[in-house]
Amino acid sequence: MNNSLLVVVLASGVAYGTPLLYGALGELLAERSGVLNLGVEGMMLVGAVMGFWTVQRLHTDTALSLAAAVGVAAIAGMAMAAIHAFLVITLRASQIVSGLALTIFAGAAGLSSYLGNDLNLADNPARHAFSAAVFPTSMQRWPVVGPIIFGQNVLVYASWVCVVGVSLYLSRTRPGLNVRAVGEAPASADAMGINVTAYRYAHTLAGGAFAGVAGATFTLAITPQWVTGITGGAGWIAIALVIFAFWRPALCLVGAYFFGALQALSPQLQARGINLGPTELWANSLPYVMTVVVLVFVSASGARRRLGAPASLGLPYVREER
Amino acid sequence: MRIERRLRQPRWLMFAVPAGSLVFAFFATGLVLYATGHDAISSYRQIVDAAFLNSGALGQTLTQATPLGFTGLAAAAAFRMRLFNIGAEGQLFMGAITADAAGLYFGGAGWPTPLVIFAMVVAGCAGGAAWALIPGALRAFFKTNEIITSLMLNYVAAYVLTYLVFNTESYWRQTTGFNASVFPTSKTIPNAAIWPGWHIFPLGSGIAVLVAFLLWFLFTRTRFGFEAQVLGDSPRAAQYAGMRTRRKILAVMGISGAVAGLGGASQVGDFAHMLDADPNGLQKQFYGYTGIVVAALARYNPLAVVIVAFLIGALQNAGNTLQGADFPSGLVGVMQGIILFSALGGELLVRYRVRLGRAMPATEAA
Repeated sequence: MNNSLLVVVLASGVAYGTPLLYGALGELLAERSGVLNLGVEGMMLVGAVMGFWTVQRLHTDTALSLAAAVGVAAIAGMAMAAIHAFLVITLRASQIVSGLALTIFAGAAGLSSYLGNDLNLADNPARHAFSAAVFPTSMQRWPVVGPIIFGQNVLVYASWVCVVGVSLYLSRTRPGLNVRAVGEAPASADAMGINVTAYRYAHTLAGGAFAGVAGATFTLAITPQWVTGITGGAGWIAIALVIFAFWRPALCLVGAYFFGALQALSPQLQARGINLGPTELWANSLPYVMTVVVLVFVSASGARRRLGAPASLGLPYVREER
Repeated sequence: MRIERRLRQPRWLMFAVPAGSLVFAFFATGLVLYATGHDAISSYRQIVDAAFLNSGALGQTLTQATPLGFTGLAAAAAFRMRLFNIGAEGQLFMGAITADAAGLYFGGAGWPTPLVIFAMVVAGCAGGAAWALIPGALRAFFKTNEIITSLMLNYVAAYVLTYLVFNTESYWRQTTGFNASVFPTSKTIPNAAIWPGWHIFPLGSGIAVLVAFLLWFLFTRTRFGFEAQVLGDSPRAAQYAGMRTRRKILAVMGISGAVAGLGGASQVGDFAHMLDADPNGLQKQFYGYTGIVVAALARYNPLAVVIVAFLIGALQNAGNTLQGADFPSGLVGVMQGIILFSALGGELLVRYRVRLGRAMPATEAA
């Protein structure tokens, strides 16, 4: 039963979906404060390479070096986000061009590749990696829930905590409500005494930290090694996912696992000799096509506000010009 | 320190800022090189040699600059109207697919070369424009944000491209011969469909310059361009003046996509002579995204795009040629990123005046 197509695809969907989930949660925080950051792919890759570097060079026990690696990945992602934040918040540059610049700067042909080569990371597999043996083997053998829920690594469980945390933060705490005010109507938020600049900086940086961890998920859990461009476009799917989830953390989780499962589907179908037409084409393109469709719905008049797109997303806030 | 909006943007700043960005980027990248224990001067000398001075270097630089010219022009055309078409990547793939089909079909049918080239140009434009009109129409009719939709369609186009050659026996795929049975590959276009060059200049580079002049004329000397500019700067004013928003969005997106598709046609006719569907080939060059760098650095001026495309193409060429032990890989991306960051930061100096000192009295500020 645990070898059935559905269970296998869902179990790997959770694994593949985890970096998407981290990336999307981070992007969601930034977008909720009104900052669109298209540099997720670049931030992820720098997080991936720096997390991997930590594990290779830090000679301590597994748990400690993995924890340090995740921390370093988060800081690396944050450092990348800081460039974007400075350009778009302080210097009022175009968020679109700046985000793309960040991806070019940090991405597969940029800083992440430079660091990977300069630090000679491509040659060896990771010295430590997150293992899927958190729960006892007997529990992992339970039908259906065994592989899907109890067969995952710590990063997956941590991401669930993050979803709950971000969700509660945005809906139940004062700072969380302030962020939403900043993203919807920065001028009113400013008039209420909220420091718009500080909130936007903080949440763009938090977004970078999440993206860094998302990258580390690749190099420390999914495929524990460093390959240039290891994220393979996951950063862009994460951006799509935020829209797909109507800017809500819980829906990000559902969407991430759905998109993750689609990634796992095509090789599984091939391995089992099941022919569902051009699987490589539709299973791979479906996340992108569905995002376009969802976006059309979101943008249809009236629906936009109800579904939660931050009203001032992408717009710089200049106090003198409000 | 205070930042206040400039009422008039001085002309000299339009040139000084991009030039200053380049200088700053070389300086900052030098610091990165120095910090990681590389010799910055020797790395830069290697870049100059590989980009311009070595034998055949200029030709390779043009090979890189030509597609960047097309994607840069595509981005410039759309961004001028604040239509953020970041789908030049996918539109270029689609143009390559349709132009390749036209080359195979009409070249195989025995048409003379000029006609085949014309057919490929038209097909490439049509393919790119059709792909760009998806986000264009969604924006025009449903007000859907074109940034994300055009971006998403890049990936779909890439999967279509790979699929056509690698996962199905389509019209584009080579199905006979020994090589085809070992590794999936696409058909080579007939000789009649191969674009002629003039010395080191590929035909596509000439077409790109021509398109640049056409776009410059369109955007600065015609009513169409004026209306597009107004629509970008102030949609409401344009509406009150009775300009047709929807039509203009569709037209500008179509033009932008057609230019990117032309880049795809040039890829097939000038350089690859086949449909380069390998995920590690054309798709790893990121011409569409780099084109946005080119356009931003050229401040969306079509004529400036030509010059910037040549410079960024040189950098790209150096990065491709120099991959090896003594040249840090990824350096070119880092440099492009820093160039763009500083150009973006410098934009502030064009639009705003930075003044040291305390705020002016309230009466004057009002």
